[in-house]
Amino acid sequence: MESPEEIRDRVQAGVPEAAVSVVANPGASAQHSLLAYPSHALQVALFLRDDPALRLDYCSNVTGVDWTDREVVEADPLAPERKVKRLQPGYLEVVYHLYSMAKGHGPVVLRMRTVNRSNQVTLPSLTPVWRSCEFQEREVFDLFGVVFAGHPDLRRILMWDEFKDHPMRKDYAEPDDYEWEPTPHGSVLEKARLHYPAPAAPAGEAKP
Amino acid sequence: MNIPGLPPIELAPGPQIRAVHDELHGDLLELSMGPHHPSTHGVFRMVVTLDGETVVKLKPVFGYLHRNHEKIAEATSYLASMPYTDRLDYLCSMTNNWAYALAVERLSGQAVPERAEYVRVILAELTRLLNHTCLAGFLLQDGGASGTPLMYAFREREKILDLFESLSGSRMMCNYQRFGGCRADPSPDWLAAASTLAEGYGRFLDEYEALLTGNEILMARTQGIGRLSPKLAVSAGVTGPMLRATGVGYDVRKVDGYGVYPRFPFRVPVGAHGDVYDRYMVRILEMRESIGILRQALRDIPAGPILDPKSKQRGLRPKAGEVYSRIEGPKGEIGFFLISDGGPNPYRYRVRPPSLVNLTILEDMCLGQSIADSVVILGSVDIVLGEVDR
Amino acid sequence: MLGIGLLQGLAVTARNFLGSFHDPKRFVTVQYPEERTRLPEAYRNFPFLVSESAEDPMGTLRCVACQICEKECPPQCIYIEKSRDKKPDAGGRPQIYPAVFDIDIAVCMSCQICVEVCPFDAIKMDQVFELAATDRFGGLVLDRHALAKPNSYFQQVHPAEAADVDERLAAARRAAEEKARAAAAAKLAPPRPAPAPKPPAAQSAEAQKPSPPAA
Repeated sequence: MESPEEIRDRVQAGVPEAAVSVVANPGASAQHSLLAYPSHALQVALFLRDDPALRLDYCSNVTGVDWTDREVVEADPLAPERKVKRLQPGYLEVVYHLYSMAKGHGPVVLRMRTVNRSNQVTLPSLTPVWRSCEFQEREVFDLFGVVFAGHPDLRRILMWDEFKDHPMRKDYAEPDDYEWEPTPHGSVLEKARLHYPAPAAPAGEAKP
Repeated sequence: MNIPGLPPIELAPGPQIRAVHDELHGDLLELSMGPHHPSTHGVFRMVVTLDGETVVKLKPVFGYLHRNHEKIAEATSYLASMPYTDRLDYLCSMTNNWAYALAVERLSGQAVPERAEYVRVILAELTRLLNHTCLAGFLLQDGGASGTPLMYAFREREKILDLFESLSGSRMMCNYQRFGGCRADPSPDWLAAASTLAEGYGRFLDEYEALLTGNEILMARTQGIGRLSPKLAVSAGVTGPMLRATGVGYDVRKVDGYGVYPRFPFRVPVGAHGDVYDRYMVRILEMRESIGILRQALRDIPAGPILDPKSKQRGLRPKAGEVYSRIEGPKGEIGFFLISDGGPNPYRYRVRPPSLVNLTILEDMCLGQSIADSVVILGSVDIVLGEVDR
Repeated sequence: MLGIGLLQGLAVTARNFLGSFHDPKRFVTVQYPEERTRLPEAYRNFPFLVSESAEDPMGTLRCVACQICEKECPPQCIYIEKSRDKKPDAGGRPQIYPAVFDIDIAVCMSCQICVEVCPFDAIKMDQVFELAATDRFGGLVLDRHALAKPNSYFQQVHPAEAADVDERLAAARRAAEEKARAAAAAKLAPPRPAPAPKPPAAQSAEAQKPSPPAA
């Protein structure tokens, strides 16, 4: 299969108005990915599925990732040998892993990022392109809060319909109604103590 | 309950039945099948809208077994997440373990010794045998053959579970694979017992098929039911025997060639009609192929270390990066997507559950057929809620 | 003929039913609790702490309260408090011991990771599963008195594993004794005469000996 750079060039040739870049993967697995901008992501996806050389007809996995505000160290654009730190504002990211059942190659990793984590969290849904995104995008909506425009049935899937908040976000505050446990550690012990008195310690060693 | 022209009727608390009036079609009945239901393979709910007995709309509802496995994994080390993977598809813990171990090995660049690869193949094929046997039993149980095929299947499954117990210490929650190999070395006695099982399994399958495959009631209830076209199956991301029954011969063991699978020549059974009967037959044929792979692996397994001596389990901190790796589990393609930020816990840990993605087209398969058929169709999809909900 | 498949199926069922009267392979039910299956050696249920001797379980615990198992336990069901003082362990050396070692078996998922990470072979997997209790919190928390079992029990329950562990610990003890003997012998050696120029090889070999330099 072609390298990510070659695929990107092919996509740019097929969908000229789309801006697709390659995101390097520093780990040992070397699965580099393509970053597509939401404005033309649907055309890019259709091209990836229908282009005769790629024929990526099988979307295997749709993952949401919550990137919080973090410090990024990168080369200073004005003086490339220096490294500068900057604060990268947080965003939500959706990663699609695409394979081709027709040609037997893959994976091609496609990513899309939202503008921020608070009020601009809309991305185009790729369910019209690959039906397998239907439930998985619902899950990303349910657990991360990414709103998929164009999804046929966007509602919560794992949590119940009246649930508020999005559990997989890094800043999710879980409810603290813990039941008292005999062997609690750290934060669980603090939360349990707020709600329940500990049962009387049995004869023998003293319990905290 | 409101019927025009009559005062409102208060129903006693019971199953969720509401009559919906539609001028064109008469009464449509919206029925909630589950989550407490003996045939829904776990806590799974289907909200079906019925016209008489024909399914007009079907929406699957799940999340009753959601245990936020993915968030727990963000707070747990890589090694400590391994026992949690047993509990995903709780029937097939060995393959879940392998999928996760493979993902971490690819993320951290660890090698696996050859003996461990052979043991992994042996255990994966044993798991495939037990899963497909169970599925045939459960499918027939849902279809109404109350108990006999299921109990015969479970009797055979006990032998495989005994093997797992003597190797890993536990029948179902094995926690056996490690990053860079396996936890315990199988003894020659264990390998001999596995060989005996593999030899005897063919005879069990012959008896089981004599019981089921030619059975006219089974054929009447499953042939032509729940048809799935190959194009829709590929688009919906269906994998595993359900995909192969539609005619698409996509098996991750052949496509990716992970582990030492390329050394074992085996055939991939493919169906022609995509109905429930084809899915059942594809699984029976896959079991026969698995026996062949088992025999070869047990014959050729080399001596050597079972765990790479340079591998790291406790305190593993893979370099920052991400990986998506997948294996052909008995239910379909099970994949793990891991993002590491260099710390002891993963930054993002995602399980790609085959059962969840296979459920995407449940509605498409059930439309226009009777509600009794929808139970059989759901049985043939082969879901385990631990995997769907995580 | 229509129905031949059904008749074949009935023949299989009949074979199983009639066979169950004389063939043990067809009649597999174990009438628990009157009959019990033999559990394989590797079977694991909940952990237990190993003591060297049965007479003094608390005093001869192998556990030194390093808290590695507490940290690695996935559901965090182990609770350890180190002791303030040191007591002599089975080898006679003063050692920290766990003042509190609780395992909540309502939480424990028998994953065996605590056994794998323990550097002292102090915690091993037990095989007892009939542990029902009537008290949901206290009855299902095993403290160190309930957890401590002697090494003889370990050898009975996991013979091969216990043999390996005993061999390894005995070898380690022997190596430690050898080292102590060599150190004591070097101490008792007669003092060397007035220093004469030594060849460099002998000097570096002497510098590597763990014994204190001769006066």
